[in-house]
Amino acid sequence: MNRLLKGPARAIGALIAGFLIFAGLLTASPASAADADPSTFAYTIAGTLQQDDTPITGVTIIASKDAEKFETKSDEFGEWTIMVPTDGIWKVELDTTTIPKEFNLANKDGAVNEADLSQTDFAAVLFKFGTDVVVKQSFTDQLLVRVFAGFNFGLMLAIAAIGITLIYGTTGLNNFAHGEMVTLGAMMMWLFYSFFQWNILVAGLVAVAAVTAFGWAQDAGIWKPLRKRRLGLNQMMIVSIGFGIVARYLILLFFAGDTKDISGAATVIQLGPIFTSDVTLVSMVISVLALLGVAYFLTRTRIGKATRAVSDNSSLAASTGIDVERIIRIVWVVAAALTGLAGVLYGLQFQGNWSMGYDILLLLFAAVTLGGLGAPLGAAVGALIIGMVVEVSTLFMPSELKYVSALLILIVILVVRPQGVLGKKQRIG
Amino acid sequence: MANDISVGKAEPGCKKIDPILVADNVTRQFGGLTAVDVKHVEIPRGKITALIGPNGAGKTTFFNLLTGFDKPNTGTWTYEGKDLAGMPSYKVARLGMIRTFQLTKALSLLTVIDNMRLGAQGQAGEGFFKAFIRPLWSANEKRITAKADELLTRFKLDAKREDYAAALSGGQRKLLEMARALMSDPKLVMLDEPMAGVNPALTQSLLEHIKDLKNNGTTVLFVEHDMHMVRNISDWVIVMAEGKIVAEGPPSQVMKDQAVIDAYLGAHADTDLGTVAINKIKVGK
Amino acid sequence: MDIIQILSLALNELVAPMTVGYILCAIGLAVHFGFTGLLNFGQAAFAALGAYGYGYAVLVFGWDLWGAILFGLICAMAFAALLGIPTLRLRADYLAIVTIAASQALRFTVGSSTAAPITGGSAGQSQFGESFYALNPFPEGEYNLGTVTLTNLELWMRVVAWGLVAIAALFVFALTRSPWGRVLKGIREDEDAVRALGKNVFAYKLQALVIGGSIAAFGGMVFVMSSQANEPTNWGTNFTFITWTILLLGGAATILGPIVGGMVFFALLTLIESFLEILVNAGLLPFLLIEQVAQIRFLLVGLILMLLVIFRPQGFFGNKKEMQFNG
Repeated sequence: MNRLLKGPARAIGALIAGFLIFAGLLTASPASAADADPSTFAYTIAGTLQQDDTPITGVTIIASKDAEKFETKSDEFGEWTIMVPTDGIWKVELDTTTIPKEFNLANKDGAVNEADLSQTDFAAVLFKFGTDVVVKQSFTDQLLVRVFAGFNFGLMLAIAAIGITLIYGTTGLNNFAHGEMVTLGAMMMWLFYSFFQWNILVAGLVAVAAVTAFGWAQDAGIWKPLRKRRLGLNQMMIVSIGFGIVARYLILLFFAGDTKDISGAATVIQLGPIFTSDVTLVSMVISVLALLGVAYFLTRTRIGKATRAVSDNSSLAASTGIDVERIIRIVWVVAAALTGLAGVLYGLQFQGNWSMGYDILLLLFAAVTLGGLGAPLGAAVGALIIGMVVEVSTLFMPSELKYVSALLILIVILVVRPQGVLGKKQRIG
Repeated sequence: MANDISVGKAEPGCKKIDPILVADNVTRQFGGLTAVDVKHVEIPRGKITALIGPNGAGKTTFFNLLTGFDKPNTGTWTYEGKDLAGMPSYKVARLGMIRTFQLTKALSLLTVIDNMRLGAQGQAGEGFFKAFIRPLWSANEKRITAKADELLTRFKLDAKREDYAAALSGGQRKLLEMARALMSDPKLVMLDEPMAGVNPALTQSLLEHIKDLKNNGTTVLFVEHDMHMVRNISDWVIVMAEGKIVAEGPPSQVMKDQAVIDAYLGAHADTDLGTVAINKIKVGK
Repeated sequence: MDIIQILSLALNELVAPMTVGYILCAIGLAVHFGFTGLLNFGQAAFAALGAYGYGYAVLVFGWDLWGAILFGLICAMAFAALLGIPTLRLRADYLAIVTIAASQALRFTVGSSTAAPITGGSAGQSQFGESFYALNPFPEGEYNLGTVTLTNLELWMRVVAWGLVAIAALFVFALTRSPWGRVLKGIREDEDAVRALGKNVFAYKLQALVIGGSIAAFGGMVFVMSSQANEPTNWGTNFTFITWTILLLGGAATILGPIVGGMVFFALLTLIESFLEILVNAGLLPFLLIEQVAQIRFLLVGLILMLLVIFRPQGFFGNKKEMQFNG
């Protein structure tokens, strides 16, 4: 085996070793002294809490049978999942004190239900809300609520999508392991903020720093050696798929499969028909600042201009004296930092779990494609559009299908206008 | 000056006595840039025609348009009187108009002989259902293999018959690509820079093969940068600059044409017309 | 658990219907990727459509075995055409993204409560195998095959599954040795060159997509038949990635590759899992809980996929020269 061959292998080994040491530290901590990890349980109870198609977030759901008891909270989509270890009939109930005031159960006894797992390993449980008691929101109000949610979601997608597109632009890699940086950001935030109870700012910065270091290490350990070996781009893409799986399951091993409650004490703020919180508003401001920062970096700074030159034509850039490898390293670091930030903000608002980043990966691709692959600011616009589509589509179709609309957009864009809505047509021949 | 190819004087867009390919108003724009803007051109049958011009003149783009590999903004062209505009590339090839590429497209992980067999057209075994029934295509397979072997011998590639095309040298790949193009007995062969990247030892044999084509009645249209070679083998030269045809005529006449010298000097003032230097300043392809 | 038990577990995995399901999908993927160069990352969708089509025909139409198989096949073929016609013109990496997006969109849709009347929603379909098991020719009883003991129904399932593998392998073998297969390989190497030789590249790619998708549809049917349960969660991206790992393990442009790749892959996983379980139970891996061992499986999938692509893209059986990637 020659030296080039050893590079990636060593790096992968080192990464895994690092994770294992980290895992050792984590498992030594009191958190894991608890019961068996629920994510490995074979039976699943799940459902969606919503009233008039509006998801109900943060409601505690408890599944119990005999002496065993498991609980979870509904996420931003009102969706919830409880993994349980045995079959049989489980009692599932809502903690009515955690139901937000604007929602109410359709009838008094509606908070208790059953999940029959005697024949199957999956059961869906429905809780009926609303209808006869609550005044339905007007369509305009609903639209406003969805547009606001879409803008917020889109902003977060945007900072992660810029990361993908910067990497694609400079290296040509479709990075399928990008979602794991989002997840890592959220998990780090959970670790430092919720678990170690650090100050929110310090925890956020450390979490972003951790993901940044991860991005640096990835490029140094895997991608740069592979570029040196002149591995084809399609091969690199498959390597990124493999790496994404490894990273995702390492995260699962160390952080378990439950939904992590990362939010702190958020104050609810009402803006007309929109209920939001200080956390959401601050995170939107941070996202906007981050986007403006990237725009400034790319258009005004020397390194940013060099980045764009490398994106346009890396051999030409190299011939004008730009150190392409150095630019790519900087791009990886910047991309990782942005993506980690997206994870932190996402986690703060919507909780997080081990596959959250992977779940939105295709939305990120959709955003990047919409904006024109390799065009950073296009990706930001694309992300805002995708965020809007995902949220607003719930007005017209069931919210469980909201990602489908974004995926269809992705497919249609690639088929009809692969250079993106905002991208320029490439010269062929 | 009179000649035996054009009707009347040799000038840009002149009529030919016996054209095989006639193009009108072919334009292609990339963004705001006009890459090709050909008012009228005719390619003479049974002759060797060279398409020359400085880098970026639109020669390869024009090739791509004529063969259906790219779509023009406007324009019509006919081959043997048949309208080809909008026809997909594979149908163009089936009509007997076969091209090669500037960057050789030898099919690396197929053997040399399989590369050759792939060049034959109208194979029953290439249909999905017939592929299962060997008797339907085994005779034809034998026939095209024999033909392929004959061509390989002619192109001195017979020793490499069972090798992967990836194992050939750059020049051998050019030869293979040309030999493969001949498997279908084309009427018009379009060669995009057949000499680029070929070592001098092979150049002479490539030239001979191109001349052989003409002797067998095949029309040849080729893009080239090397003026020596153009002078050596072509019967007719068409000069493109900035997407337009700026000169036409027999090689000896065109080389003296002021428009041609301007086209080259305008683009590359430091370039000597008689050298291969133009080849070397190509960017990005 | 002793060594004998572990080995017999691994042997059982070698021939299990689930293994065969993946192997069939990998053979289909060999047609797509190994021979034609199509980066299809939506193989799960073809398998899912085969399984759902079969289940729907049985449960809703009340069709018999053959009709149901045909319907599953038609569903997968229709999907191949629907997906392929607009996307096969695309660059390889775009095709990868489109296929993975389409398969995810399909999975979300069939698993939604909106589609529940047709697909069974998140619970999926079950108990659709009666007509299949009714054909079982083996008398009731237990069959001892070396270290593995099977019921007559389990034996029947395995015989049919491996029969399908043999047919699929022969089918693909015949195709790839024909001039038709030569065109596919040419497209894999450089589609413009093949186009310039007068071949209708698009038609060949579409045929390859449909053929590979149909084989995957059989894979999907086999996959759900032994448990008679078809759940939407089966058809996530992990299904596709495992199929890719199996294909690359054996060698993408080979016939035996997917078969041996699949057997080796699952036997290896079982061995490693059992081995880890022993270590964990003996207290030698203090940071690992016994329940987490199952998660290691996917971690290994990712790792094997990475290492294969980097160090041995031609797989076990592939020719070193015939590496399967371009650009």
